[in-house]
Amino acid sequence: MAGSSIMENLFQRTLEDIIKGMRLQLIGESAFISKAVEEIRREIKSTDPHTKSTALQKLCYLSAIHGLDISWAAFHAVELMSSSRFSHKSVGYHAAALSFHDATPVLLLTTNQLRKDLSSPNPFEASLALQTLSRIATVDLARDLTPEIFSLLSSGRVFVRKKAIAVVLRVFDKYPDAVRVCFKRLVENLESSDPQIVSAVLGVFCELASRDPRSYLPLAPEFYRVLVDCKNNWVLIKVLKIFAKLAPLEPRLAKRIVEPICEIMRVTGAKSVMFECVRTLLTSLGDHDSGVKLAVSKVKELLLDEDPNLRYLGLQALSVAAAKHLWAVLENKEPVIKSLSDEDSNIRVESLCLVMAMVSESNVTEISGVLVNYALKSDPSFCNEILSSVLATCSRNVYEIVVDFDWYVSLLGEMARIPNCQQGEEIERQLIDIGMRVKDARLQLVRVARDLLIDPALLGNVCLHRILCAAAWVAGEYIEFAGNLFELMDALLQPRTNLLPASIRAVYIHSALKVLVFCLDCYLMQNEDGNLVVGQSDLFIGKRGSVAPESATCQSSTLEQHEDLTFNPRNTTESPEDHRVFENNADTTVTQGPAITHESMVGLLDRIELVLGPLTANQDVEVLDRACNILAFVQLVKAELIDNATQEVNTVDKKDTQVSAIITLMRDAFVTDLGPVSVSAQGRVAVPNGLDLKENLDDLSAICGDIELPSSSSFGIGGPQFGTSSDTTSIGLLKNEESGPVNEATSLLEHRKRHGLYYLPSEKNEIVQHDYPPANDPRSNSNSDEAAELAKLTEKSLVLKKKANQTKPRPVVVKLDDGDVVPLPISIKKPESRDDSLSGAIKDILLGSTTKPSSSQSNPSDKSSSKRKEKKKLVAADIPSQMKENLGDAEAPSLENPGSSSKDHDHVKERRQRGKEKIVEGEGHDQKARKKKSSHRHGKHKTRQKASSPLNVVSQTPEIPDFLL
Amino acid sequence: MIRSVLVMNTQGKPRLTKFYEFWPVEKQQEAIRNVFSVLCSRAEHVSNFVDAESIFGPDSRLVYKHFATLYFVFVFDSSENELAMLDLIQVFVETLDKCFRNVCELDIVFNYSKMHAILDEIIFGGQVLETSSTEIMKAVEEITKLEAQSNAINLVSKSVSNWRSR
Repeated sequence: MAGSSIMENLFQRTLEDIIKGMRLQLIGESAFISKAVEEIRREIKSTDPHTKSTALQKLCYLSAIHGLDISWAAFHAVELMSSSRFSHKSVGYHAAALSFHDATPVLLLTTNQLRKDLSSPNPFEASLALQTLSRIATVDLARDLTPEIFSLLSSGRVFVRKKAIAVVLRVFDKYPDAVRVCFKRLVENLESSDPQIVSAVLGVFCELASRDPRSYLPLAPEFYRVLVDCKNNWVLIKVLKIFAKLAPLEPRLAKRIVEPICEIMRVTGAKSVMFECVRTLLTSLGDHDSGVKLAVSKVKELLLDEDPNLRYLGLQALSVAAAKHLWAVLENKEPVIKSLSDEDSNIRVESLCLVMAMVSESNVTEISGVLVNYALKSDPSFCNEILSSVLATCSRNVYEIVVDFDWYVSLLGEMARIPNCQQGEEIERQLIDIGMRVKDARLQLVRVARDLLIDPALLGNVCLHRILCAAAWVAGEYIEFAGNLFELMDALLQPRTNLLPASIRAVYIHSALKVLVFCLDCYLMQNEDGNLVVGQSDLFIGKRGSVAPESATCQSSTLEQHEDLTFNPRNTTESPEDHRVFENNADTTVTQGPAITHESMVGLLDRIELVLGPLTANQDVEVLDRACNILAFVQLVKAELIDNATQEVNTVDKKDTQVSAIITLMRDAFVTDLGPVSVSAQGRVAVPNGLDLKENLDDLSAICGDIELPSSSSFGIGGPQFGTSSDTTSIGLLKNEESGPVNEATSLLEHRKRHGLYYLPSEKNEIVQHDYPPANDPRSNSNSDEAAELAKLTEKSLVLKKKANQTKPRPVVVKLDDGDVVPLPISIKKPESRDDSLSGAIKDILLGSTTKPSSSQSNPSDKSSSKRKEKKKLVAADIPSQMKENLGDAEAPSLENPGSSSKDHDHVKERRQRGKEKIVEGEGHDQKARKKKSSHRHGKHKTRQKASSPLNVVSQTPEIPDFLL
Repeated sequence: MIRSVLVMNTQGKPRLTKFYEFWPVEKQQEAIRNVFSVLCSRAEHVSNFVDAESIFGPDSRLVYKHFATLYFVFVFDSSENELAMLDLIQVFVETLDKCFRNVCELDIVFNYSKMHAILDEIIFGGQVLETSSTEIMKAVEEITKLEAQSNAINLVSKSVSNWRSR
């Protein structure tokens, strides 16, 4: 044995050998490691502690640096911990700290060794044990070792005592009853003359206070003393952190500490302390104007500093302040905006947040416009950062700050064209959402949609597909606002649409159907007498209810619109080649656009047949189904039209034909308005008897994957508008489409029979519905917010509120429309000047010029600056009076004081007694304490005060309440 | 408290890792990789802060300093001051410099246990306990002496006893 151990010793590779070998190895790192581990596994079993410790040390190295799992060596670590040689012991402890966790089984074996080393006369051994304990202490270890730690808390060696203090944190965490034993000594250490000890204690209290600040309020006088007396920066930072937690809980305390903190901030040379003061004042003492003003002035210094770290922290501090003191941001807008073009991405993002915080109803147009332009030029990630924050800000609270929706919709269109734009889904959602909510925006929406749709280049960008999907839906749904129907149809049918994913293509085809129906309807109208048109409109009024006026106007004004709207943009903005490409077989449409002639109709129908014909063999059922529907419809219409064409004289009779009836019906169906749907809508539908929603239906999918969805059509929101079944056989059904789902299901059945196909029956309609109209989370949020707020105001009538929500399905739209009109005249004057300067400043910075730096300040009508001035005046004038107030306040509560303090006092006494008992218990009867574990939390809270209070009682019982005043 | 201290070189190789809460080694390695991928994309002369919440969970902040071929990274939560942590990195590096006389990456590579001894004197269980590099040096020298002593005894006694047993 002796021989083998000496051989092992001589030939064992040391850690250094391993490291060197690793650097020179040629066999690959992982092979080298596994070879080394093999070696170590052999060596670590050695009885020679030196060999063992070297092996374990190598293992630790491999674990820490190369991520090797060494939990299997836990027992060896325990063995080495008990070695009498310091070097072996330290390796063992290091390995334990590195790899042990709460579930490590051998932890149980360490208790005695730890106890022994904690009481070791060698401070370095005690330090080793403490070090490891701070990482691995479990409930059991903490409980069993509390007495040892308690005695180390008053150790004469600072080196050990500070570590004992720090380890208390973990012990309290694991075993809260230890508070009863140790807390008093912990607090006593706060009085120590050694700054290291004070720093350690405050570190512990800082951690504790961040979890449960209220418990430490009684210690405020101690902390205050440190705050006023201490000159050590580390200690000051910790104590400031503690006060940041305590101050919001006790306004009187807050009042007391503002001045000292301001003083520190003025005096200190350390940026870290200064920043901590700023942060404390802004987060926790935001109600104290003098402090906030000083803090903001310091923030200004930070923002103008050379050091990017300080600029970054300054911006962070500002965004803390932004919630309560927007003026602070406005005051610093120049550096903030300048930071938008900083080379550091942290700083850019931070300043973007601040810029968005400054956005209001009156300047949103300018700021967003400039930002979106800036996004064009920035790198992809920041570009998307900008876009998403603009989108989020503008859509906040159901587009609260957007007044001009025409502008906003165009902005969305612009965003879509930014090359790096990744915000497709959000833009899609907002386009549809606005369409449903804001009637007045629909005209512009359709124009934007048209611009997007007719650009064949956009189809190649995958990120834009979702936006195009929304555009197609919008164009189909609000087709009555469209300028040139034929042009739209061309866009929807253009060849490059085959680049789209099937689900979006299906939307295109469905929109094409809507457009076609509208075209046909117009065509029929156009050929009727004026009287008949009126009659028709009356019919619409009857059927469409609230939407009717709009449809009537649009019917009658369609022709004018064609002339007004289509030709101008076409000639000016869009190059004609773009669409001519697709119009080769219907060149008439370009020139004749608005006037829907018989020929153009026939051409249109031909083209649909030509383009969609191949799709009847499409792989995707969505596309296939829709293509079939529209083709069948086209065939039906075509037959009739061509019939009529042969007996041209009788065109007047067209309206009597079957086809015109169908067309009218379909038109009616499509023309129904889709409103936003509350997220809670589904919840309001009563669950039918016998329907078990929670049943697990996983097995079903295997059995009937093909036929799973027909039932879902009964949840369709707007069955009618998707009455797309085009079979000649379903004409009858179409007539009573209002009864929706059932008919659809049956017509689909027939449709399927006819094709002999059983593809996913779940009408794509269904899916599309889910994709589109109901996408309106914010709306429902706002509903609930409104509800919540209202509930707060009138706490009694929750039920009523809910009903109110139910009865007005689209209040927001109305509100927004009102908002369009009302605020403009009022708010036009004052804010705008400010906005100019703000957005001007943004422009200046972003566009590189740095002219007129102070125009904003000198502007007399500038709202913000006037506000500022007001504030300054207020503060200046109020300082004396505030002081008086403070004094008054301070006196007033002192009257209440006797009562409360005596109450406290009683408590204190009681606690003290109990506390003493507990200490005895804690030391002697661990078992009992263990039983009480269940009430730890509660106990912890109480006992902390308990333990601290004796001290206070002794030294300054009467001062606590006084101080808190 | 401080959650983690990492030292890695500009190739992303970890040179020192310390986690003050238990982290499984795979997660440690993943975090190190993620931190490196963020750090290596940052330019010189930009701020020393990195958003760490995606890597180390909520309420975590990260400061780093770049020295020659090494990144020194401290991860901590809201109980610490960011600028103070930057200072602490400075203290750490200054101490290393005193200890190894013009510290370079190789010193850190080959002095695993000494590195940990130094770090353990500065940060204890995630809390800053010592910020004076002379004090740190004093303690570390004591520890080194103690270890050397115990090792010397070990070697002598063993070889002597082995000689005798023959």
